[in-house]
Amino acid sequence: MSEAVRVSGSLRNRLTVILIGGAAILAVLLFFIVRNYAAQIAQQSQDNILGASVTSILGAAIIRDGAVEVDFPYASFSMLNTDSDDRVFYAIYQDDTLLSGYESLPLVAPDFGEGTVFRSATIQGTTLRVATASRVLIGEDRRTRISVSVAQTQDALSGVLNRISRNVALFGAGFFALATLLAFWATSTTIGQLKRLTTSVTRRGPQDLSPVVKPVPSEMVPLVSSLNHLMSRLDHSLSQSEDFIAEAAHRVRTPLATVRSHAEATLQRVGREENRQALRSMVRAIDESSRAAGQLLDHAMITFRADHLDRQDLDLVDLVQELVLRLTPVADMKDVDLRLDAAPGIRVAADPILLQNAIRNLIDNALKYSPSDSTIMIRLRSAPHIQVEICDEGPGFPPDQIGGLVARFARGSNADGIIGSGLGLTIAQDVALAHGGHISLANRPEGGACVTFSL
Amino acid sequence: MKFLLVEDNQELAEAVIGRMQLDGHVIDHADKIQDAIAFSETGEYDLILLDIMLPDGDGRDFLKQHRAARRNTPVIVLTARSQVSDRIGVLDLGADDYVTKPFDHAELQARCRAVLRRKAGAAQSELRMGDVRFDPVAGRLTVKDEVIDLRNRELRLLELLFNAPGQIFPKQKLVDRLFSYEEDVSENAVEVYIARLRKHLEPSELKITTHRGLGYRLDNV
Repeated sequence: MSEAVRVSGSLRNRLTVILIGGAAILAVLLFFIVRNYAAQIAQQSQDNILGASVTSILGAAIIRDGAVEVDFPYASFSMLNTDSDDRVFYAIYQDDTLLSGYESLPLVAPDFGEGTVFRSATIQGTTLRVATASRVLIGEDRRTRISVSVAQTQDALSGVLNRISRNVALFGAGFFALATLLAFWATSTTIGQLKRLTTSVTRRGPQDLSPVVKPVPSEMVPLVSSLNHLMSRLDHSLSQSEDFIAEAAHRVRTPLATVRSHAEATLQRVGREENRQALRSMVRAIDESSRAAGQLLDHAMITFRADHLDRQDLDLVDLVQELVLRLTPVADMKDVDLRLDAAPGIRVAADPILLQNAIRNLIDNALKYSPSDSTIMIRLRSAPHIQVEICDEGPGFPPDQIGGLVARFARGSNADGIIGSGLGLTIAQDVALAHGGHISLANRPEGGACVTFSL
Repeated sequence: MKFLLVEDNQELAEAVIGRMQLDGHVIDHADKIQDAIAFSETGEYDLILLDIMLPDGDGRDFLKQHRAARRNTPVIVLTARSQVSDRIGVLDLGADDYVTKPFDHAELQARCRAVLRRKAGAAQSELRMGDVRFDPVAGRLTVKDEVIDLRNRELRLLELLFNAPGQIFPKQKLVDRLFSYEEDVSENAVEVYIARLRKHLEPSELKITTHRGLGYRLDNV
């Protein structure tokens, strides 16, 4: 009945991966942005000091007696002291000739204005930050351009940067861990809503087609409302088909009842034997067709219900007693005794309508084949299995056919002249199977048939 | 016995009424719920036969009203609907029994008798003839202060003879009344039951006589 559902991934996994992946990307991005910003700020402060140093050297340059004289203030270099003992280089050019300092420090082409220029350079494998500025000195007879470069290694800077990076990395990892926890929590609360709906639907009995009334999140409203809609349609079509079966039975049986009653009444008045014979076979044909129609409909109903067993806790003895009470007037007409032998209080979990139908069919069968003034024994056992055994004193089953009689429409070779559709045992068998039991047929040594219905 | 039949199918109703009258019962007929209510309010009935599908409503509604008004006239439902689920419903609503259409009149009578017997005291149905008292509902025959519980076929046979004393019943007619149409029985099968009745009636003033070639008759000698 239930078809395998095709699975395409898991919502929970998808949601978790997206949330955690997003958190990871955010953490990495955060790390780079903060580190880059910190590096810029650190560079800025180094540049400020280098700039101040260059400006103070440049400010000390004067022309005396036609020669350029630079008397650097002590502070020009002491301001560049760092914890990491970064090395400091300088170079002073007059126009393009080196006046003093470290000659490898390249001179920036003096095509710039009054501002200070900063750049990074690598000299002999060491990264340096270089600040360069120049100024035009005007002497008595000429103008000359003085350029000053001050460079500093970046050990302190990279130390600071490393410290910041480490902290930012720690912070990012913490953020990621927290986000992961949040992701799991968010996923399980979201999936939890779905799970609650699923449980409330799967916990229902097979007959419960009422709509879901528990409040659900707004996103699930379309799903739940179409589910409710589907269930109401199913409920509607089920009750419609049950009504249809009832209506069909009504339509078939009412005219049959009329014909039968007339035939019977006529039989009371008619004298000629051949007419009486005709009327009698008419009544038999009517009984046969109404019984067949009834059992076909019963069988259809039972096949349907067997797929949706409505198990209830019930007292088997009460159920059989009730059936015996209902069938006693029919048994009386043949002077057949229905005897029930049962210890009180045998409880079963079964579909009452199905069980009633199955056992009624078995007692009906026994009644049909019982001779007048005989007894039908109905025994209920609770151990080793729950069993209902129905034994009559009729002709018994034909021994060579005993295995095939439960098949649909199968009838024993000694059933001639007895009205039946061949569905009674099939119905009982179907009901037993639906409840995980079976029926078995046997003949009694002293004559008569025994059917055992086990649950 | 006085019956109320609630059935909208005119032909079926006529057939049932004819058959009931043949058995010596009085029967009123209503073909819709409204009439059925009127009848059941004014007349005293021993038993109501109720169809389920009626033109102005559901027979089960009548049943509900009937029980709500605390009338305890027994009701037998005539249902033509699905056997599985409908049967249980009508019993829960307070019907005493049901028969499924098309029904065997003998079965309907048997069920009526069983219901009336369960509601013991509801009806006084004892018949008298000579020094014999016969209660067809209880199935009890009293001959010279000796009480005999009759088997069902003995009971039905005696009921027939008791209702028309002095009338000769052909064997074939008795076979039709005693045995279902499912059974192939010879006319001689009746003899067994005639013999049993004769034995019960032996000490009394009543006698079943054989009229060769014609049948049997109950006489008060």
